[in-house]
Amino acid sequence: MADTPIPLEVRNITKRFGDTEVLKGLSLEARKGDVITLIGASGSGKSTFLRCMNLLEQPNEGELIVHGEPIIFKQTRHGREPADWKQVVRIRAKLSMVFQSFNLWAHMTLLENVIEAPVHVLGKPKKEAIEHARALLERVGLAAHADYYPAQMSGGQQQRGAIARALAMDPEVMLFDEPTSALDPELVGDVLKVMRDLAEEGRTMIVVTHEMAFARDVSTQVIYLHQGHVEEAGPPDQVLGNPRSERLKQFLAPKH
Amino acid sequence: MEALITWLDSRLADNSIFTLQTLSYYGEGLVTTVQLVFLSLVLGLVAAVPLAIGRGAKRRWVRLPIFLYCYVFRGTPLLVQLYLIYYGVVFVEGIQETWLWVILEKPFVPALIAFTLNTAAYTTEIFHGAIKATAKGEIEAARAYGMSQRLMMRRIIIPSAFRRALPAYGNEVIFMLHASAIASVVTIMDLTGAARFVYARFYAPFEAFLFVAAIYLCLTFAILYLFRYLEKRLLAHLKPASG
Repeated sequence: MADTPIPLEVRNITKRFGDTEVLKGLSLEARKGDVITLIGASGSGKSTFLRCMNLLEQPNEGELIVHGEPIIFKQTRHGREPADWKQVVRIRAKLSMVFQSFNLWAHMTLLENVIEAPVHVLGKPKKEAIEHARALLERVGLAAHADYYPAQMSGGQQQRGAIARALAMDPEVMLFDEPTSALDPELVGDVLKVMRDLAEEGRTMIVVTHEMAFARDVSTQVIYLHQGHVEEAGPPDQVLGNPRSERLKQFLAPKH
Repeated sequence: MEALITWLDSRLADNSIFTLQTLSYYGEGLVTTVQLVFLSLVLGLVAAVPLAIGRGAKRRWVRLPIFLYCYVFRGTPLLVQLYLIYYGVVFVEGIQETWLWVILEKPFVPALIAFTLNTAAYTTEIFHGAIKATAKGEIEAARAYGMSQRLMMRRIIIPSAFRRALPAYGNEVIFMLHASAIASVVTIMDLTGAARFVYARFYAPFEAFLFVAAIYLCLTFAILYLFRYLEKRLLAHLKPASG
């Protein structure tokens, strides 16, 4: 059991934009089945932290270990970069991301969106990918929308489609970057329900969110970020139910 | 066919300008124009795709020459470019002794070269603009899903940019059709060349040029319909659901 590699380990990540240090040494360990929610005010660095995990942003310092494989960095005159982009590509395929603004490929139908990366990145046979994709669309309640283009669907449908696209990769870890923030309030519920189901079936997930109910009910760990460092972290009933830091108390206080 | 010609001949019997002879000039002119425009568009398009990718390259020495090429060919009149190539090629040292001279001696190939270089420059700019306009989020998703730069270009950026460029490219095709009229100044018997010939022969400007204008108009409509059809098919993803 100790032999199973941990899906994702992040150690002491720092990130600077110019002179501003936005991440000040953040660590995180996502074991299989963990649902980790990152909360915090805007500008606290939670999205940047998430984007460092699949190297959409390059961390200035720190280590990333995906499924036991450490990412190798090198120093260039532009700063620190991954030494081997092939490794990055391989590792990204293990960490599917769901974006705030869905980011489905607009010129492809929903089904084409879902099979795109499995077929062209993982090299899965197309027929198999289509079968898998249809099953996933069924799961997120979009079986009837397979041939729709993203622009023909509501935001909630697009986001559920994007989740199907993420699932199609059979990822080690799913990264959610504020998945419900761009949705109309009445569409949030469907997306959260899909995410709850995923958590229940034991998916490893890291979720940046403002949905406190989701964080409380679903996560195994809540991390509260403030100005690029971890202000408080722990199980949800502790962090959300009995916050110790003043800032977190203020953050959680009901807003009028 | 036989019957058609007899019928046409009888219809044209009381008409001194539009005889079978002059119609055949227009017919040959039409073939030449279509060949010239079609070939230059195809060659220009093939050249423009890699050029447009290179136009947005990170490396200066890739980007800069392409930028200069587009700048020069879009910044000077097509007629001047045609003159330079058609008349200028004669003065290239020793060219008349090579096999190249056999094809360059006739006006068709120099005109084709000028048109191709010109349309490639415009098309490069159209595609470059469309590539630049690719939604940042879609590129980010492609990266996040493990696509290499090359795969992302092939699967995401080019197909979506090509669709976005379609309306502007349709205009470029029509522009090339009309611009091809200047081929007649270097003695090519294209549509306009045929019209000039008929005008000179009968001294009938209205008949000669209105007739050719009508042919150009028909061609333009055909192109418009082709692009409208393509847009309907390829830009379906931009329309909201019909219900």
